[in-house]
Amino acid sequence: MTRAVSEGPGIVERIGGSVDAVGVEQRAAALGTRSIKKEAKLFGLDLAIRCCDLTTLEGADSPSKIAQLASKAMRPAPTDPSIPHVAALCIYPRLVAPAVAALGDSGVAVASVAGGFPSGQAPLDHRLAEIETAVSDGADEIDIVISRGALLAGDQDAVYEEVSRAREACGSAHLKVILETGELASYDRIRCASLVAMAAGADFIKTSTGKISLASTHPTAVVMAEAIRDFAEATGRAVGLKVAGGIKTAKEALRYLVIVNETLGEEWLDPDRFRIGASSVLNDILMQIDKQRSGVYSDPDRYTKD
Amino acid sequence: MPRWDYAPAPEATDIVTVKDTYGLFIGGEEVEPLSGDYFKTINPATEEVLAAIPEAGLEDIEAAVAAARKAAGTWAAIAPADRAKYLFRIARAMQERQRELAVLETMNGGKPIKESRDIDVPLAAAHFFYYAGWADKLEFAFPGRNAEPLGVCAQVIPWNFPLLMLAWKIAPALATGNTVVLKPAETTPLTALLFAQICHQAGLPAGVVNIVTGAGETGAALVNHPGVDKVAFTGSTEVGKQIQRSLAGSGKHLSLELGGKAANIVFADAPLDQAVEGIVNGIFFNQGHVCCAGSRLLLQESIATRVVSKLKRRLSTLRLGDPLDKNTDIGAINSRAQLDKIKELVGVGVDEGAELYQAPCELPEHGFWFPPTVFTGVSQSHRIAQEEIFGPVLSVLTFRTEDEAVEKANNTPYGLSAGVWTDKGSRILWMADRLKAGVVWANTFNRFDPASPFGGFKESGFGREGGRHGLEPYVRLT
Repeated sequence: MTRAVSEGPGIVERIGGSVDAVGVEQRAAALGTRSIKKEAKLFGLDLAIRCCDLTTLEGADSPSKIAQLASKAMRPAPTDPSIPHVAALCIYPRLVAPAVAALGDSGVAVASVAGGFPSGQAPLDHRLAEIETAVSDGADEIDIVISRGALLAGDQDAVYEEVSRAREACGSAHLKVILETGELASYDRIRCASLVAMAAGADFIKTSTGKISLASTHPTAVVMAEAIRDFAEATGRAVGLKVAGGIKTAKEALRYLVIVNETLGEEWLDPDRFRIGASSVLNDILMQIDKQRSGVYSDPDRYTKD
Repeated sequence: MPRWDYAPAPEATDIVTVKDTYGLFIGGEEVEPLSGDYFKTINPATEEVLAAIPEAGLEDIEAAVAAARKAAGTWAAIAPADRAKYLFRIARAMQERQRELAVLETMNGGKPIKESRDIDVPLAAAHFFYYAGWADKLEFAFPGRNAEPLGVCAQVIPWNFPLLMLAWKIAPALATGNTVVLKPAETTPLTALLFAQICHQAGLPAGVVNIVTGAGETGAALVNHPGVDKVAFTGSTEVGKQIQRSLAGSGKHLSLELGGKAANIVFADAPLDQAVEGIVNGIFFNQGHVCCAGSRLLLQESIATRVVSKLKRRLSTLRLGDPLDKNTDIGAINSRAQLDKIKELVGVGVDEGAELYQAPCELPEHGFWFPPTVFTGVSQSHRIAQEEIFGPVLSVLTFRTEDEAVEKANNTPYGLSAGVWTDKGSRILWMADRLKAGVVWANTFNRFDPASPFGGFKESGFGREGGRHGLEPYVRLT
């Protein structure tokens, strides 16, 4: 993955554009009718695992809970060597050190939320300090949330500024910028937020924190993917998409992969450019893989729960 | 980078029983044709023969019109609420048998199963539900006036939406107390013949709906039969004109829904990605076999390059192939004759100097296929901007101002539909006031609803189908 450089706020206006809500919802629904079967299903399910950010963001998370989840991240199906590891383990900053220790050189990245997650309401200095701590503890990826209030108030410069500063604070770590689309209230604003975040240097734009009830939706993913496509065309830089919040089934994961495949193209079918943030989707994916291979469903207790 | 090829996901066909030989549906019975003639109907995606279909002759038309005449008196006289009951029954039976209808429609016509399943069949059933509701409310449709049925209606429909066009014709005719003799298109008779079974299943009185199959001669014999009170035709402008000529002075009522060469107009401030979806839906829906297809794309100059590049990218994701595959976006061309016509006009476009772009896609070995095609650099003076191609072929023109867009959009013998794409509400209304088209879609295209009237200006025909307006061609107001 190439390091993000900020493209400057002017690019947002240059790309511009608006979104028709009826049209984008119709398009998302049409993509939802794709029927993914057999080898195509196995390909998609394997990809979904490789693109998974296995997530735990609970107040009760402890170092040993993180160690357990790390082993699930490295070996989602311990008895089946054909199953790949996930892309990253996504956790709170204070648990970065135990996660780094547990994951070692497994190839699974450590992703830390930071910047006053999930509200992002802490003073900017505090938020930046939290990012720096997470990075110095060994986080490979940082997930921050933008100031939705600033965007709703029409101050997109403030959002640009905070994302740029976060970009600097990340150093060599990858920056994923959460738009918290459920609070932005219109597709036009989601498009605008996507462009601002990308212009300010985001490596990924991400739908949701998962901490409010209105999380990722299919039309939202279409809108963000279209913004990524326009941004890549204008600047030559490919930004990734992360969908998160409420994705609990293999079928849902496949739906998002179809959206990415048909909106952004096959170049985005890669953990470098697409992630699914989820805490509980893995076992359903594993179960569907076994079903596709054997024709029958297995006992849910055959899948490890960490 | 591995491609994610979706595995075949074919819809099962075992729900459909196709008989080797069909009869005509006359007087509530399936009867052998008196003509003794049959023709073969095929699956245009494979060229495989599906069934032998009767070619109705003059005597058969005589019998069908007589059956409709015989039923007309009782049908007009029964309580309107009872007429509604039959229409509701038909609508429900269509819903119950929707998968069967959709699979058969796709097998016989070549359209993708996702369209027959999600659009054709549900909309056809919705038309019956809608007009069932009007059957006992005609006094409110025409306040202060008395709406009387016309009598026997001869209805001739095209092959692009066989079941849906049948619904558009039969539902309002029956709701207003008329009886019908319907002739489906020569290439797509099967869902109409399945509909005959549904009429039987619904207990519809004998002779209220009669279905005769055949080609142009059968259609001509039907519309020219002296026992017919009303003719409704959907099809080409050429045949529409012939019908109008032959009916002159006969006293028969006539409604025509004919060709189109619709302008789909995209302004610079439009939501471009959704506009691209609308362009694709406008011209590649049902392989462009749509009379209201957005076959002329008018792009404001400042965004023309960007939209064409987005459009070409989108074309590369369209999936052409087996119409029964649930992931197919572009199905088969309906017939060899239509394919030849498309090829001829595309050849003309190239000769005229327009720039041809075709989506890279593999065409199946058997059957009739044509890749999604876009011509750029087209002028109004090109034949491909004037003539209806009725295939997956888009002509792209540009404009600078609103006035120029209106002038170009209206500069056609047709006037069936138009599309306007802009974020500015006032511009939509300004344009809609000036566009000479029966339907103007704003920030969408090819959307249909039984409650919304549909029909043409100029050589696109007259009379409206759908909505309260759709009752008018079937009543005499006193």
